[in-house]
Amino acid sequence: MLLQALAFYLFAFVTIAAGAMVVASRNPVYSVLFLILAFFNAAALFLLIGAEFVAMILVIVYVGAVAVLFLFVVMMLDIKVAELREGFLKYAPIGSLIGIVLLAEILLALGVFGGGSPTIATLNQAGAHVGSVENTRAIGRVLYTQYFFLFQSAGVVLLVAMIGAIVLTLRRRPGVRRQRVAEQLYRPKDQAIAVVKVPTRGGVS
Amino acid sequence: MPIGLESWTLARPEIFLAAVTALLLLYGVLRGETSAAFVSVATTVALLVTAVLIFTPYREGTAFSSLFIVDRLTATMKVLMLIGAAITIPMSRAYFERVKVWRFEYPIVVSLAALGMMLMISANDLMSLYVGLELQSLSLYVIAAFQRDSIRSTEAGIKYFVLGSVASGMLLFGASLIYGFCGGTAFVQISRALLEGKAGEIGVIVGLVFVVAGLAFKIAAVPFHMWTPDVYEGSPTPVTAFFAVAPKIAALSLTISVLMGPFKPLFPQWQQIIVVVSVLSMALGAFAALRQPNIKRLMAYSSIGNVGYILLGVAAGSEKGIQSVVFYLGIYLVMTLGSFAVILLMKRRDMMVEQVNDLAGLGRTHPMLAFAMMVFMFSLAGIPPLAGFWAKLYVFMAAIEAKLFWPAVLGVLASVVASYYYLRIVKVMYFDEPAEALDASAFGVNRAIAFVAAVIVAAFSLAPQPLSLVAAAAAKGLFP
Repeated sequence: MLLQALAFYLFAFVTIAAGAMVVASRNPVYSVLFLILAFFNAAALFLLIGAEFVAMILVIVYVGAVAVLFLFVVMMLDIKVAELREGFLKYAPIGSLIGIVLLAEILLALGVFGGGSPTIATLNQAGAHVGSVENTRAIGRVLYTQYFFLFQSAGVVLLVAMIGAIVLTLRRRPGVRRQRVAEQLYRPKDQAIAVVKVPTRGGVS
Repeated sequence: MPIGLESWTLARPEIFLAAVTALLLLYGVLRGETSAAFVSVATTVALLVTAVLIFTPYREGTAFSSLFIVDRLTATMKVLMLIGAAITIPMSRAYFERVKVWRFEYPIVVSLAALGMMLMISANDLMSLYVGLELQSLSLYVIAAFQRDSIRSTEAGIKYFVLGSVASGMLLFGASLIYGFCGGTAFVQISRALLEGKAGEIGVIVGLVFVVAGLAFKIAAVPFHMWTPDVYEGSPTPVTAFFAVAPKIAALSLTISVLMGPFKPLFPQWQQIIVVVSVLSMALGAFAALRQPNIKRLMAYSSIGNVGYILLGVAAGSEKGIQSVVFYLGIYLVMTLGSFAVILLMKRRDMMVEQVNDLAGLGRTHPMLAFAMMVFMFSLAGIPPLAGFWAKLYVFMAAIEAKLFWPAVLGVLASVVASYYYLRIVKVMYFDEPAEALDASAFGVNRAIAFVAAVIVAAFSLAPQPLSLVAAAAAKGLFP
């Protein structure tokens, strides 16, 4: 139990610290790297409460796809941090207001201002009764049976996304050399090799 | 619950369409750009075969752990939507060839959009509703921006995408509230929870409002219509024709099955919302287009107005009301496709033109085309004995039977105002000084569609029974 508490405070501390560094660091590439660190620690926090599926998804989707995408965008665009910070003071009041509202909501949900705070027992009652089955297995049991139809339809949605991306962006440019393995292999020797007489100090043109 | 064979038989039209689309996609990728003509014809045929499959043999019930439902109403709506989608594909060929984006992906994406609409129409759970809606919307965003070298088309795509995402967000927010308060996402669970006394919960009502707002965006009803004129104007014209028909049918069917299904116990609450949205849509559709010079924008406002009339039928909440909605949608399909077929023929010196004034003197230069357009405009204005008159009449009758007197009166007034801009087009065609004549075109697909649609609209009064029987059968499904 003590070990679990220690692990929780470690991961929670690193998550918050990394989150602060995302905002504070001067180089946007560092920001994204800190974001990835924050994601990893959040995944560890999920593992601690026994939500191993969400933890895996967080690593695969957010670290594997979203953060890498961010990294690409940040590296490709020439972002000037100084320019981004120009509006900092102007937006500070509204930003802190939103922060305060969110904090108040969290406190409200935790029952600080009176009213019962939700316990694990009541949450379990409201949620699905998975019992002793771990959540990956629980999802696996319904995904290909009860929700098979939705699973397949979601696949078609992804197909449309793929076709759409290709249709709207792929351009066939002329003059691009494409690899054609068969043609390259069947090329006769006299086309591929030329014997050139090289004069001394002349080089090959 | 295991998935029995029954599920697969019920969803056989959807499975067929998905499989054929995947095969055609493979064919197109392997054959390259030259396959566009074949793929488009094959997709049209596949959509029509899907429509036939729905009724041969017709079966109803729920499938896939009741995520999916087939009944008379959904089957009829699917057939209407598939006909609309199938006809717009051949209509698009000439246009896309001219702007040099005639590519095989267009029919593929349209067919995937149709698949999404079928899933939407058949949704029996908030989750399948959302997945179907996203499948449809994502395909529509892509085809709005399909003419990617045109800045207007790209703008239309981005605008539609951003605003559509906001609408999806609202819908999801509402759905999460409903899930939280009712303890389930299945329509059956929601309706059971509401009947057991959850109907008074404020959370459910807020959730319902958000869901209705999301759906109103998808059918472009006021006050969620802002995107419509820009997207209709910017998108390539054949895509606009598709937008004006198929997604409206699908989203309206979804609206009906959500409101009349799980939320039936909240009828007094949602009736107010729908009446307000309907009256506002009718008014905006009538007033905003009065001085509109661009015919695509004009058709956008006209579609907003039409959605207003259709929603009046939904607001009635009776069997008559739903019947009038199906009836209206059938006639709207024919009128709109016909009008767009004429708009697609508007080109001068091989350039597409889309101003109302470009039609000047059409009555003398292209008498047949002008006559067809006149039939559509009179019908949209609701002048007897054309089809559009009967559509409006049924909706107003249903509204009056449901004691919605004021909305019905406002609707009639709005339709009087709207007839100004429909008749203005007729006046420009017949009485204005002829502008330079539009290009004469060979007898093509669009001409054929325009004439067939004109004949159907004009001669509708001779045989209105088939459509009204279909509508009556569809509505009966909801009121056992």
